[in-house]
Amino acid sequence: MSAPAVHSLWTTAADPISKIDAPKIEYGQLSPTLIVLGAAVIGVLIEAVVPRKSRYYTQVFVSAVALAAAFAAVVALAAGGYGTTKAGIVAMGAIAVDGPALFLQGTILLAGLVGLFTFAERRLDPLVHGNRVDSFAAQAASVPGSDSEKAAVKAGFTTTEVFPLLLFAVAGMLIFPAANDLLTLFIALEVLSLPLYLMCALARRKRLMSQEAAVKYFLLGAFASAFTLFGIALLYGYSGSVSYATIAQVVDGSAPDVNPALADTMGNDALLLVGAAMIVMGLLFKVGAVPFHMWTPDVYQGAPTPVTGFMAAATKVAAFGALLRILYVVLPGLRWDWRPVMWGVAIVTMLGGAIVAITQTDIKRLLAYSSIAHAGFILAGVIATTPDGISSVLFYLAAYSFVTIGAFAVVTLVRDAGGEATHLSKWAGLGRRSPLVAAVFAVFLLAFAGIPLTSGFAGKFAVFKAAAEGGAAPLVVVGVISSAIAAFFYIRVIVLMFFSEPRPEGPTVAVPSPLTTTAIGVGVAVTLVLGVAPQYFLDLANQAGVFVR
Amino acid sequence: MSFPLLTATAALPAIGAVATAAVPAARRTAAKWLALLVSLATLALAATTLIRFDPDGDRYQLTESHAWIAEFGVRYELGVDGIAVALIALTALLIPFIILAGWHDADPLETGDASLSSFAAGRWRPTQGFFALILAVEAMVIISFEATDVFLFYIFFEAMLIPMYFLIGGFGDRAHEHGEKAAATQRSYAAVKFLLYNLVGGLIMLAAVIGLYVVAGNFSLTEIAEARANGTLDMATSTERWLFLGFFFAFAVKAPLWPLHTWLPNAMGEATAPVAVLITAVVDKVGTFAMLRFCLQLFPEASKWATPAILVLALISIIYGALLAVGQRDIKRLVAYASISHFGFIIMGIFAMTSQGQSGATLYMVNHGISTAALMLVAGFLISRRGSRLIADYGGVQKVAPVLAGTFLIGGLATLSLPGLAPFVSEFLVLVGTFANYPVIGIIATFGIVLAALYTLVLYQRTMTGPVKPEVATMPDLRVRELVVVAPLVAVLIFLGVYPKPVTDIVNPAVKQTMSDVQKKDPQPEVEAAK
Repeated sequence: MSAPAVHSLWTTAADPISKIDAPKIEYGQLSPTLIVLGAAVIGVLIEAVVPRKSRYYTQVFVSAVALAAAFAAVVALAAGGYGTTKAGIVAMGAIAVDGPALFLQGTILLAGLVGLFTFAERRLDPLVHGNRVDSFAAQAASVPGSDSEKAAVKAGFTTTEVFPLLLFAVAGMLIFPAANDLLTLFIALEVLSLPLYLMCALARRKRLMSQEAAVKYFLLGAFASAFTLFGIALLYGYSGSVSYATIAQVVDGSAPDVNPALADTMGNDALLLVGAAMIVMGLLFKVGAVPFHMWTPDVYQGAPTPVTGFMAAATKVAAFGALLRILYVVLPGLRWDWRPVMWGVAIVTMLGGAIVAITQTDIKRLLAYSSIAHAGFILAGVIATTPDGISSVLFYLAAYSFVTIGAFAVVTLVRDAGGEATHLSKWAGLGRRSPLVAAVFAVFLLAFAGIPLTSGFAGKFAVFKAAAEGGAAPLVVVGVISSAIAAFFYIRVIVLMFFSEPRPEGPTVAVPSPLTTTAIGVGVAVTLVLGVAPQYFLDLANQAGVFVR
Repeated sequence: MSFPLLTATAALPAIGAVATAAVPAARRTAAKWLALLVSLATLALAATTLIRFDPDGDRYQLTESHAWIAEFGVRYELGVDGIAVALIALTALLIPFIILAGWHDADPLETGDASLSSFAAGRWRPTQGFFALILAVEAMVIISFEATDVFLFYIFFEAMLIPMYFLIGGFGDRAHEHGEKAAATQRSYAAVKFLLYNLVGGLIMLAAVIGLYVVAGNFSLTEIAEARANGTLDMATSTERWLFLGFFFAFAVKAPLWPLHTWLPNAMGEATAPVAVLITAVVDKVGTFAMLRFCLQLFPEASKWATPAILVLALISIIYGALLAVGQRDIKRLVAYASISHFGFIIMGIFAMTSQGQSGATLYMVNHGISTAALMLVAGFLISRRGSRLIADYGGVQKVAPVLAGTFLIGGLATLSLPGLAPFVSEFLVLVGTFANYPVIGIIATFGIVLAALYTLVLYQRTMTGPVKPEVATMPDLRVRELVVVAPLVAVLIFLGVYPKPVTDIVNPAVKQTMSDVQKKDPQPEVEAAK
């Protein structure tokens, strides 16, 4: 290489420093995510610098403040019109700030906050060596049953890392439904998934089961992520871009310019169909739709119950948000292809979840299969492909997440010597021993079953109405049939609690601290308010029902 | 704005239910009195509604309308026509008697389980729950009679299943031939069967309700019916038929119509007598009422299309219910099958599409409520004395407890529609109305009356006459509380039997309206109903 050439290389390398445009970041509109991520980083630092004794309080305080502040930021953004008139794409096209994103972020943050309360509960287990303990392992690294575990327990260690993990997961969930290009989508997927895998492994009791659940979740989740990534690559090959808007334009055939490097593959429908299918598959895995649901029962059962509740609620919200955006923003031009497939998925999800749930004998597995059936109901709304479809799904997700967290919070209360008594036979006669707890759980079950005057009914009605208006009347029929099947096992639990004789050695109901009480109270209140007077929230979901493109 | 009388009539028992449930555990008697007072106050409000209602006025009166869930096109709309006002009065009339009759049904048992009683004695409050649930059912039934918004109706039509379910499953009859354990299993089975049947019916109706919204765009009964009548809302024939079937299925389960009836004998057999009355005399009436109000008004063409099939099913109900009643060994199940037979008559009257038939059916709803209440409550008193529901365990009771036997006989005679007692008028009207349009079905249905005579009189003969069985020899006669329950019911039965005009006057204009909805004229010559 000649000297002048080297010189010019050097100068062109040196000179453009001033020419690289600094990325334009709209900090205000990204503030909810940034607050949560910042707090998560602070949480990690707390683990490093704060004395062990005060870590728990510091972590709970920081997490609660961060989630509340992020929620306030979401409300401020929504009030400022960023959900409607000022909706737009920020962070160089990576993130969309629009109605659905803000609505879902608000839901996730509230679910995260309520979930945090159940994470922080330390009054349910008896004192261990004079220390209060929560639902998480004393030291995650110590092998179950080993001496080091005993030593960790004796020393009163607690895994306060769950709080920053929770915040990281929440941050990933905040980005997931707002992601506006496929790479951001994938990063968000990983950011939300990895902390969840970890948290699943952290149960204090039944640690092997918990670790098994985490491994299953991780392996299957990694597969799903790989599928998603492969799909992203194929879609990039198809369209020459990872941006939602560009892909949508190529799908519609209205792309302004063609990338010459990709001229050979661009517009190849095989790439589009296979790529889209793989991405959707990854998302359906996250929402737990049949046939991608296999992990749900094991993970729900093995994970510490507060984690299960949080995961069941918030992950579903985030994943459905991302699915909606993919289907409504990227692939509307393809809807004649994906609708029949999603019809099939919705039908087998509704029926499969409801039918298999009947045979369950463990309350957490039962709720897992019920969550699969609910994913099917929500899919019926997704398929509507109308503005009503979006708003009904948003409403359903908000209603469902609070019922779920509340229900799992109740599960943490019913305990015997081995920890939580999740086998259904142990719940016999609970209504006699603790009428209030049983009544609250009955409210949640009735909401799951979609009995009128609960939020479950309003949500179910909304999605079925949207589906019927969107021309999916057969889905509505399948939906009501599955609801009837599902009602059977919800009712079975109520029968067990109220009409069976209590067993003499049956479980007791622990008296929780105000934290869990608040979580359950919020769940009941939201369930009843959304059931009796849903208008305000339906309006909110309606206003939020437009995606920015 | 005027006083919202209809809301108040429904809200009062609802508030009463909450208040009753909140009474402290130790104050059981206070809870009972509170529930009784609330039900009497509700009766007063219902009576006011009845008085304020002008039979010759607008179709829907005392209307209230408020925005509720605009997103779904749902309004809080109430209004009563003659049929609704009569049934609200029936409900409000029966509830105090049901409460009085069940005065001791929910007293906590002295259990030997020390661990349970020490742990839960302070919190388990069955008595408060029992009466609160009864009031909750009353509130929901009343508001479903009042609702003129399909969605509002649907919500309470479904929601009333929950308190009903707890009443059946939680407070069943302790008398069982195979002991208490078997009773508990049977009770739980009956409650689940009740709930599942009705829930499936309700969910299928939900699909139809959504379908109706997609077609009509709102839920207002008056608006949709008007749009249907003047032709602005056109439904494809097949759509109308599917929607009709969705609605009718739910009502036929609730009513209950053969072959969807099988939950009723279980539920009535296992529930306590007052709850059985609540099921058959009050809650099930919502089903037949809704056929009149919703099926005929919203889907007149489909109703006419389905008439032959429904009449045949109703006829099967009449004969089949009566035949099975003849074969029962259990007093309460006998009354349940008799009720199925009577619901067959009511549904037949509704779909006979004549004004006699429909006013007969409405009158029948009221009369069946009162006569079944009388028969079932006395049967309950009888069963509580002997601790058995089996007919074979009784004999010669009339010699030991003549008043009990006498009232039982009157209730039975009312059930078989003896002339002079209230159900006769209605059954006669139904048969005449059916005969005018469908003579063959009318003739076959008449055999139901013969069978009714058979099962009622055989029941009376086996339990009350003959030699006195040793187990019943010391049976006490009716107590004051029980007399207070039975005497007014018997009086009403006799009064309406000789003078049904007050009820028919209120009901007839509404029936005329419904008839004009389905654009049916009575076959000539028109006979004025029972004036």
